[in-house]
Amino acid sequence: MDNREKEIENLKDYKYGFSTDIENIQAPKGLNEDVIKFISNIKKEPEWMLKFRLKAFERFKLLKEPNWQKPKYPKIDYQDLYYYSAPKSMKDKPKSLDELDPKLLETYKKLGIPLQEQARLNGIAVDAVFDSVSVATTFKDELTKKGIIFCPISEAIQKHPELVKKYLGTVIPTTDHFFATLNSAVFTDGSFVYIPEGVRCPMELSTYFRINASNTGQFERTLIIADKGSYVSYLEGCTAPMRDENQLHAANVELIALDDAEIKYSTVQNWYPGDKDGNGGIYNFVTKRGLCKGKNSKISWTQVETGSAITWKYPSCILKGDNSIGEFYSIAITNNHQKADTGTKMIHLGKNTKSKIISKGISAGNSDMTYRGLVDISSKAKNSNNYTQCDSLLMGNKCGAHTVPYIKNKNSESNIAHEATTSKISEEQLHYCQQRGLSSEEAVGLIVNGFCKEVLQQLPMEFAVEAQKLVGISLEGSVG
Amino acid sequence: MKEQLQKDFENIIKNLSLSQKDIEIKKFCLDNFIYKGFPNRKEEDWKFSDLNQIIKKNIGELSFYSDYTSTNKVDTSVFVDGLEHNKIVFINGRIEKIDFDYEKKDQIEIIDQSETINKFNNHNSLSDLNNAFTNKSFKILVKKSYQLAKPLIIYHTTNSKIWSKNINLKLDFELNKDSSLRVIDLFNDTSEKNFLNIFYNFDLKENAVLKNYKVDKFENKNIKYSFNNIEQNKNSISETFILSSGSNFFKNEINCNLKGEYSSAFVNGICSLNNDKHHEIRTIINHLTENTKSYQLIKSVLEESSKAVYQGKIFVNSKAQKTDGYQLSKAILLNKDSEFNAKPELEIYADDVKCSHGSASGSLNEDSIFYLMSRGLSYHQSRELLINGFLLDVVEKITDPEIKNLIKNMIGIKE
Repeated sequence: MDNREKEIENLKDYKYGFSTDIENIQAPKGLNEDVIKFISNIKKEPEWMLKFRLKAFERFKLLKEPNWQKPKYPKIDYQDLYYYSAPKSMKDKPKSLDELDPKLLETYKKLGIPLQEQARLNGIAVDAVFDSVSVATTFKDELTKKGIIFCPISEAIQKHPELVKKYLGTVIPTTDHFFATLNSAVFTDGSFVYIPEGVRCPMELSTYFRINASNTGQFERTLIIADKGSYVSYLEGCTAPMRDENQLHAANVELIALDDAEIKYSTVQNWYPGDKDGNGGIYNFVTKRGLCKGKNSKISWTQVETGSAITWKYPSCILKGDNSIGEFYSIAITNNHQKADTGTKMIHLGKNTKSKIISKGISAGNSDMTYRGLVDISSKAKNSNNYTQCDSLLMGNKCGAHTVPYIKNKNSESNIAHEATTSKISEEQLHYCQQRGLSSEEAVGLIVNGFCKEVLQQLPMEFAVEAQKLVGISLEGSVG
Repeated sequence: MKEQLQKDFENIIKNLSLSQKDIEIKKFCLDNFIYKGFPNRKEEDWKFSDLNQIIKKNIGELSFYSDYTSTNKVDTSVFVDGLEHNKIVFINGRIEKIDFDYEKKDQIEIIDQSETINKFNNHNSLSDLNNAFTNKSFKILVKKSYQLAKPLIIYHTTNSKIWSKNINLKLDFELNKDSSLRVIDLFNDTSEKNFLNIFYNFDLKENAVLKNYKVDKFENKNIKYSFNNIEQNKNSISETFILSSGSNFFKNEINCNLKGEYSSAFVNGICSLNNDKHHEIRTIINHLTENTKSYQLIKSVLEESSKAVYQGKIFVNSKAQKTDGYQLSKAILLNKDSEFNAKPELEIYADDVKCSHGSASGSLNEDSIFYLMSRGLSYHQSRELLINGFLLDVVEKITDPEIKNLIKNMIGIKE
């Protein structure tokens, strides 16, 4: 067995499926006001934050769980979840990385994310979120020099309340849909980023999410604010241990771009997808929304979705500022019994706004994949443009690929173009590759990578390599 | 509305001689409709066209009873000149004339279907309404290997005698092996503020060919819903053309089940709207077996504050390998108040398929206008030329030359 084969062999099963044996502090099981107060209390939150949570909770009680989505799932008992779980060693926050629990450090090392700064060469600042709390943020000093704030959101609530107060809940209000409102009530941690006026963030910022404890819902909240003329590129990665039961992940991500600012948000989502028979896995019900608030601002979402039992999310852009740009690049791969219902919403409100959607879906095994998107050009959004392309690739006849775009044009000066195709890998392409000496699996890998290339190109270098590998692994065993 | 429905229902039942079983079925459908009411925007299929609101706003209270005991005079002036054709004439929802003069009498059978059978693969409440209130429905059966010499024109005429009425029509067609039929639906209304609810069922046996042209051209203030269910067996072909233009609101729904191998379905449509008209075309093409084909082209031109909606769905089940499905919708918005909504949908469970859809909407191309004006045309002429060209594309898809010319003349497109 040569090295490459060994590598593939190692990766065949979900390589992040281990769990870390670590002592936890948990909130009492269930969802009620006391639990919310418990979370707020343990995080030493100010009064207004608790009010924010309770307001959301009041609203949540009135909402019904939606069920229009394509992938159906067994009813979640929201009273049977832990809404807060944190490693015990985090109770008194370690002041530096040296004080961090070695078990945590080891966990992240296993995940390929060394948290010790000296061990890092590629210059990405990381905020690691373990279950409900942020355990470490690297490269803090260097960022502080530039005036960039990159810290856990719980820290930002205490240290920068004026910013959090001003922006939290402005893109995803507490009155939003079921899961977003639930998140507003019980969110535990996440990242906060503020890029001051005119600053170009010198390195990629990254958050790494890990669900460890069982029976826990992870509800993190990320808030990114790019002030006038600034630029930031943000990466997000996620993994979870292999467990038989389904776990819920309902995060909220809010992006705000002011005048001339640009935010690039990339996700490589590799939550545990469940085993081959569809047992276990993460329910990834995430609300991601970006607001191009200022003129000439730009928000770009790139996502590679390979994990999770069910992925249900629509990273969206609200193009409010004139001349603002929204982009969405997505690869979604489902295999075995995975299900995905994902896409984007581009809401054009300002003049001369542009949006572009490139979505590539690949389904194999018994999986089911849906692209669901909305392009809405309002009557005021003069001279706006949208281009949408969504392609699906099917492998085998037990899987499904669906496209459900909603296209609304209320402006005669605006143009919308939408294209979608569904096909399989052609025999000719396979034959050609095999004739050149590639095995059928390699050939499929090559063709799929070519199919995804437009999206992979959008990812930052380090991520692109990882994502490319991930694409190959996710489709392992689906050919033949 | 509930009391009105029940009262009108009793009146209708009284005038019909129905079996007990039939009355029960009708009663059941009525109860279903009372429970569900008119479709509203909460239902996914009616998301863009809230019929409940539209009826409320345009008509207000509807009455469901029509007196079908007295005959209406058939006004021959509405008949199409220059094209010999067979006729079915509906006036205010009552069948006044069925005339297959040009055909061999023993090859076509007209069966009076008094039995109420819910054949329609349609889950919205309008089929319940239709079943409960249709007073008489016919089945037209074309016998084996018979190809009708002349097209059949179905005249849907309403006159000013009716007001705020709901009219329900139902026709059933069976095309046996190797037969063919051309049907033109021609809407001609002088009435106002009525709601027409029309259901057709077509059953195409092996090698049968159906061509259906729906022409709603004349200005009127009625609200219409039309549903075509087309069942297709081996090698059969269906062609549907929709010209949606005259009514205040019109929703055309085509549901096509491609059950037999090598069957194919073509749906082409034009929405040419002005004022505050609101039209919708919804298509559902179900590819249920191997080697089936579908093709759809829908174009809209929207003036003033009109609104067009296209919802198209291609469904391919896991058995339907080698499916070829294509769908394209294009719209030109000419006014800042016009609106175009589309939901082109693909639902695919088989891998060896070729399915694609495209949707584009936008303004008239300024460069093209500039080009034409530089050649000496006025702005108005250039605009008209471009729009005609845009729509002609769809009309050219009509495979029957006689009818193509008829429709071209009707909408005044010159080549």
